[in-house]
Amino acid sequence: MNLSFNTLDSPSVDKVGIEDRIARVKARSIKKEAKIKGLKLALNMIDLTTLEGIDTENKVKQMCYKARHLHDVYADLPSVAAVCVYPNFVKTAVNELKGSAVKVASVATAFPSGHSSLNIKLEDTKIAVDSGADEVDMVISRGRFHKGDYGYVFDEIAAVKAACGKARLKVILETGELGNYDKVRKASDIAIYAGADFIKTSTGKIQPAATLPVTLVMLEAIKDYYYKTGKMIGMKPAGGISNAKLALHYLIMVKETLGNKWLTNKWFRFGASSLANDLLMQLMKQKTGVYQSTDYFSKD
Amino acid sequence: MSKKIEELKFSGEWDLAPAPESTNHISVKKEYQLFIGGKFVKPKKGKYFSTINPATEKKLSSIAEASKEDVDRAVKAARKAHSGVWSSTSAKERGKYIYRIARLIQEKSREFAVIESLDGGKPIRESRDVDIPIAAAHFFYYAGWADKLNYAFPNQNPSSLGVAGQIIPWNFPLMMAAWKIAPALATGNTVVLKPAETTSLTALKLAEVIQEADLPPGVVNIITGAGATGSDIVNHKDIDKIAFTGSTGVGKIIMKSIAGTAKKSTMELGGKAANIVFEDAPLDQAVEGIINGIYFNQGHVCCAGSRLFVQESIYDTLLRKLKDRMQSLIVGNPLDKNTDIGAINSKEQLGVINKYLSLGKKEGADMFQPSCDIPSKGFWCAPTLFTNVSQSHAIAKEEIFGPVLAVQTFRTIDEVITKANNTPFGLSAGVWTDKGSKVFNLTSKMRAGVVWANTYNKFDPTSPFGGYKESGHGREGGLHGLAPYLKF
Repeated sequence: MNLSFNTLDSPSVDKVGIEDRIARVKARSIKKEAKIKGLKLALNMIDLTTLEGIDTENKVKQMCYKARHLHDVYADLPSVAAVCVYPNFVKTAVNELKGSAVKVASVATAFPSGHSSLNIKLEDTKIAVDSGADEVDMVISRGRFHKGDYGYVFDEIAAVKAACGKARLKVILETGELGNYDKVRKASDIAIYAGADFIKTSTGKIQPAATLPVTLVMLEAIKDYYYKTGKMIGMKPAGGISNAKLALHYLIMVKETLGNKWLTNKWFRFGASSLANDLLMQLMKQKTGVYQSTDYFSKD
Repeated sequence: MSKKIEELKFSGEWDLAPAPESTNHISVKKEYQLFIGGKFVKPKKGKYFSTINPATEKKLSSIAEASKEDVDRAVKAARKAHSGVWSSTSAKERGKYIYRIARLIQEKSREFAVIESLDGGKPIRESRDVDIPIAAAHFFYYAGWADKLNYAFPNQNPSSLGVAGQIIPWNFPLMMAAWKIAPALATGNTVVLKPAETTSLTALKLAEVIQEADLPPGVVNIITGAGATGSDIVNHKDIDKIAFTGSTGVGKIIMKSIAGTAKKSTMELGGKAANIVFEDAPLDQAVEGIINGIYFNQGHVCCAGSRLFVQESIYDTLLRKLKDRMQSLIVGNPLDKNTDIGAINSKEQLGVINKYLSLGKKEGADMFQPSCDIPSKGFWCAPTLFTNVSQSHAIAKEEIFGPVLAVQTFRTIDEVITKANNTPFGLSAGVWTDKGSKVFNLTSKMRAGVVWANTYNKFDPTSPFGGYKESGHGREGGLHGLAPYLKF
């Protein structure tokens, strides 16, 4: 395994070409019924996230309520896909979301830096899973990756995957620390082949976080893997996606790159906290014809 | 590996709603006259022809047909303006006029874009983001050269030729007018320009802009008509230079008719460009470049990358990626902001393309078209690719000027260079590889005027453009674009 991934031949990525493609994605105009459908789809793909040192049980509870009741004034809204918290809040979230379709995701493996030993990382993962997390968001060892120790990175992901048991594993590449698109592609391939169920751009703690071009590079890796193996891998851009227009452009890109099958929260997620309210505001605008004050949308 | 993997689907799940660009801000007259000597004048013989919207087949306007007498009037006006005003106008003043035209095009860019798409069938995304900005950029660029000709050609004492007759095609109507008029004015020449008969409207709008810019009467004359009018311009005795963009067939006729005269010429003619993808290329971006190379402007592009050469080892992968990308292209209403492929410019051109489609199948190539809804009225052709193509098939040899790609494979670099150069054309080429040395090896051996590396169809006024062999002679754009309008 190690050997094959130290020599893994990921295709190269051309920066100018990727950015040209993104310009075309951004030129798509999403109107009327397509817009309403897209906004609802995006809402349903959100991993509502709080990952702060000052998180409290109460804040997590409030967020879980919001996850199920996004904006009760608007009938038939979907819930978000999941809430994403630190391992020590997983139990609270699981309790709050019992009986709902909303999943509980937990970050693990010495999030966000990943600077710790494998034992600690596996223990961290176990705590999250044992507390009832449906999904684990791990970080890769960027230091080892930059050193060229791809085998280590691969094995670490594989070990965490094993520790996840039934929980789905999202592997955070922290693309803002990888340097260029070629590295993003390489890290994507390593994560996918090592057993990731999802690949994810960022922790949200580093700038730049998710961008359209970086996400496109990762979507292409997912597509190549699909055509090689028939297996679907999920994608989660996280951080920096705070408005509806940008979210819709992400979805257009997913649709035009991976097709219809990925347009569900089983295979695509947004890691975001403030995006939900902007989507809600746009949905209300479509319904009533006017923009409402942000004060009408609860900030949990 | 034997397991069948389900192909991805790209439509039917979340299709985009119509997003048409508004047309209520444009003004198109019912009837257009000839622009001669700074005024719009009726044609001597009183003849008019119709221009239609190729997406709906509805008539947009009536356009004056210039007769031999009208051509003569236009040339006389241009001659008078050259000897009376323009050749003695200071270079700095000439520059100011050209800047003014550039700014006016920018101000009216939305109107220009909508009319260009209505009259020619190209997607609004392209007329808005490519045609009109490039047209303005050419005027800006050449305005800057007007008072610097002595620095462009030191110790050569450059001076203008006189009257330039310019004949342009229907694929990039305003942009081609800009490519022709801007360097001619910057170098002190006066102009008689004829747009193609199916796409006269933006050139006539440009005439209005030129009037508004207060250019001295007769410096630019824009006359409309079909091939006969073009022939009258070419054969007029008092024209000093012919600048032509169009088919190689017509280019040859023009060169024959001006042989033995003092007329100078630049010819920008057809092409059958090779787009070459090596196994170490950034494949996903190459796919985008192939799409942009052949389906841009419905393939009505002289430098279209209509021959694709794929290295054997990546053939299956690349073809799959290419077909997937073709599934996500939207064909339809040119004025919809989401349209990727608009209408074919004319019924005649659609006939030509369809002839090649049946010829391709008859010669034994395999045709692929994505499933897409095509409007019932108007002229349309789905994006098409042919595999199992031989170098000797007509679809691999002749310019189709439509959204039709002929795909071949190769093993070695020498093989692909031989195949790519094995054509009477030589306008452009593309090469896709991650290796710089391969790029330079190939670009130095390609007999083509423009070779793009890891991109395609990139245009800039600073960069010269023109062909080898039967793709023409002379260069447009850049410093090189000044020389054909000067004597030293």
